[in-house]
Amino acid sequence: MNRHVFDSLEMTGIRKSFPGVIANDDISFSIHSGEVVGLLGENGAGKSTLMNILYGLIQPDEGEIRLNQSPVNFASPRDARRHGIGMVHQHFMLIPTHTVAENIALSLDDAPFFDPVSVINDRLDVCSRAYGIHVDPKAFVWQLSAGERQRIEIVKALLGNARLLLLDEPTSVMTPDEINEFIGVLRAMTAAGIGIVFITHKLEEILSVASRITVLRKGRLAGTVRPASKDTNRSGDTAVHDGKNMETSSGHDEVDKAALARLMVGRELEQIIPGKSPPEDDILFEVENLTVMDDRGRTAVKNVGFTIRRGEILGVAGVSGNGQRELIESLAGMRSPESGTARLADRVLPLDAGARAIFESGVAHIPEERMRFGTVANMSIQENIILKAGHRAPFSRRGIISFSAAANRTTEIVNEYRVAATSIVAPMKNLSGGNIQKVIVGRELADHPALVLAAHPTYGVDIGAAEGIRSHLRECRDAGGAVFLVSEELEELFELADRIAVMESGRIVGIVDPRTSSFGEVGMMMAGAHIPGRAISSGDKP
Amino acid sequence: MFGFSVRIERCQPASTTLSIVIILSAMTIGLFSAAALFVFKGFSPLTIVSKILTGAFGSRFAWMETIAKAVPLGLVGIGLAVAFRGKFWNIGAEGQILLGAVAASGIALFAAPHLPDKAVLPMMLTAGFAAGAIWGVIPALLRTRFGVNEVVSTLMMNYVAAELVQYLVYGPWKGASQMGFPYSDEFVSSAVLPTFYGTRVAWPMLVIVIVAAFVTWFLITCTRWGFETRVIGENPEAARYAGISHARVTIILMIISGGLAGLAGVGEVSCIHQHLTTSAAISSGYGNTGIIVAMLGRLHPIGVLPAAIFLGGLLVGGDVLQTSFGMPFASVNLFTAVILLLLITGDVFLDHRFRIRRDCPASSTAVIAPSDSTCGGKMRN
Repeated sequence: MNRHVFDSLEMTGIRKSFPGVIANDDISFSIHSGEVVGLLGENGAGKSTLMNILYGLIQPDEGEIRLNQSPVNFASPRDARRHGIGMVHQHFMLIPTHTVAENIALSLDDAPFFDPVSVINDRLDVCSRAYGIHVDPKAFVWQLSAGERQRIEIVKALLGNARLLLLDEPTSVMTPDEINEFIGVLRAMTAAGIGIVFITHKLEEILSVASRITVLRKGRLAGTVRPASKDTNRSGDTAVHDGKNMETSSGHDEVDKAALARLMVGRELEQIIPGKSPPEDDILFEVENLTVMDDRGRTAVKNVGFTIRRGEILGVAGVSGNGQRELIESLAGMRSPESGTARLADRVLPLDAGARAIFESGVAHIPEERMRFGTVANMSIQENIILKAGHRAPFSRRGIISFSAAANRTTEIVNEYRVAATSIVAPMKNLSGGNIQKVIVGRELADHPALVLAAHPTYGVDIGAAEGIRSHLRECRDAGGAVFLVSEELEELFELADRIAVMESGRIVGIVDPRTSSFGEVGMMMAGAHIPGRAISSGDKP
Repeated sequence: MFGFSVRIERCQPASTTLSIVIILSAMTIGLFSAAALFVFKGFSPLTIVSKILTGAFGSRFAWMETIAKAVPLGLVGIGLAVAFRGKFWNIGAEGQILLGAVAASGIALFAAPHLPDKAVLPMMLTAGFAAGAIWGVIPALLRTRFGVNEVVSTLMMNYVAAELVQYLVYGPWKGASQMGFPYSDEFVSSAVLPTFYGTRVAWPMLVIVIVAAFVTWFLITCTRWGFETRVIGENPEAARYAGISHARVTIILMIISGGLAGLAGVGEVSCIHQHLTTSAAISSGYGNTGIIVAMLGRLHPIGVLPAAIFLGGLLVGGDVLQTSFGMPFASVNLFTAVILLLLITGDVFLDHRFRIRRDCPASSTAVIAPSDSTCGGKMRN
């Protein structure tokens, strides 16, 4: 096959199971030259599995892949690349201490052994003329923003002669301005006949760029649809489906955002904003002049101050990487601040004394990455329940762990949060993401903390579990606690928070009242004052 | 195009049974493949293996010799199992053994005449444990205070300990009655451990190693410290999130790990040698072989006991090879090395499965090994 020609690619009847879960069940997918196809689904819907199969990272149990009508079998990513398939991962595979040119040279199979960088510049010129992607080959990767790094990954794939690009949540790290530029690049690439698979869970974005959208739900195909306002005469209609999923093959339904959301989650999203009890007047939690460094010693949180009243949820909005993580970690005692103080009910929190001292002061912390921080995968559920409080009564006395106390607490939490587990002594890693998060939330809220620090508490959790977690946060608020909620979901913040603080470049650039603000306004603030235009996710308040 | 390809994929951890099967296969395959090298010397592998096995387990005497070596290996292995569970890579058991031996010898040589007879051995054991523990805690402090890599520091401290012993036996502690040999004076009888009649097995040490295994098992499983050790070992980030004090846990862990190695040193000088001798003669490489014992025992204190007997047997069998066939004693290292490599390789089977498939469109897929998705952990709790 000529590697420079890409006409179409079809995946039919793809099935892949992992221990305990069927990640892909009879999924069909197709893409044609010059088309952007959205691949939409919640976390755990099977998007990544499907793309990893296409990229040769994993092998399907069943199913067929046809490239330009002929069956193919990609044994490895190298194999897939030889067939003109390129992938841009969510986490960049770049070496920060090397220059852009060196990173690109590293990825090229035909770069010369000596002075590989020499071949790069000419090719970069061609690339930037063709698609309008500009990169500075001499810049060091560590100097670049996340959006710029994304661009290098795309250039790498293009220079490797990719004619079908798989982009895994490409916009999650971009500012709204970068997103607009990126969409321009997408259009230039499709005009040149490149096919693009765009993986995302953001509805607005996919509706604006994709010609067709394949929606996955719980490992199954929920449907392939077409955005409502799109030109219907694109090449996608000529798709030949010889698989079993005929319901989606002809005359794709046209959908708007609500219909797409329904397809993704399987039911109507609740649009009701529950009544919020007004917070009390006295301030429970107060942060002043907090400055925190990130892992590389750069100032990530710059002189931040805010207050939370008793019975109030303060939401924090912002594009990820603007200091939210460092802020919450420093308040949780995991990251010593450079300066600043935090007071909880008139007592100064010992921010330098470690997470246990903060926990003992009545602060709960629902961490950002539940598998990395929140749980110990190889230990039992009950041992994970006592992860934070195992050092004190009733879970240990005179240094001996009381497994009966741990079992009681675990049973309470498993029942109250409806954790689907075979046994409380089963290893944590046997649970699904949503159930793991229930265990964490249950553990953190069990001792009625005065302050709850919650980072993306519903991220990647199925919709039922997410609703449960939100209502538990509301209960904390209604019981007179303070909740500090960092989330990327504006809907969630508008639904839950009494006030929303917007973080940008390590600063709180403003605090708005969700009853009088809009997604648009918050989106503008997230983008920073110097960036004109609205965030792509902007829209009216639900 | 129509060849075969083997793919390795992750699957759920297999059962304890499979874990044991892997250990036994590593031991068997290791024994025979190392023995196969002796074909070049004109011996059949079967002869070699059977010679080792009868030499190690073929008679009461052989058994007793094996146990005499299994006791220090067990003590060291239990200690290392604890350290490795907390992800503290203690490569310094050799040095900790030596320090235990030095402290016990100090008591035996200088304090024993002034102490009641019954107090001498308990004093030696206590001092040996304490000295090994101190030697182990130093790298723990270096790591928790200054971030010094413990692999380097524990390894380097082995040399310091060895030179200390050499200095003592060639210098100030050199025995007047030893006719110029680098030994200290013989211990007084109150400082010599009692043995089973006609053997070199000190029964108090045998009791200590068995008790140590069970006590350590309890500590790891049921105490707050053991819980925190396992959290640190399994997920250090979660430990930081939970506010577990890395320093505190690591120091206790090295007190136990170093202390048990120190006890092994006491046993060696007080029973086997009955004087302080050169560093190589005291430790006989137990500190390093102990690493294999700990791994073979799957880092479980009870699992370490049979592992220690197996490796003890291998050492005794190696002696027999030396005397019967004139092999260098170092050939034993060949066996232990091959077994350790196989064991580490075999771990892949625990949580991976191998799929062999033909590289053609109509691919047939065969799945080998663990298809049952039982989750037995790794025989750890």
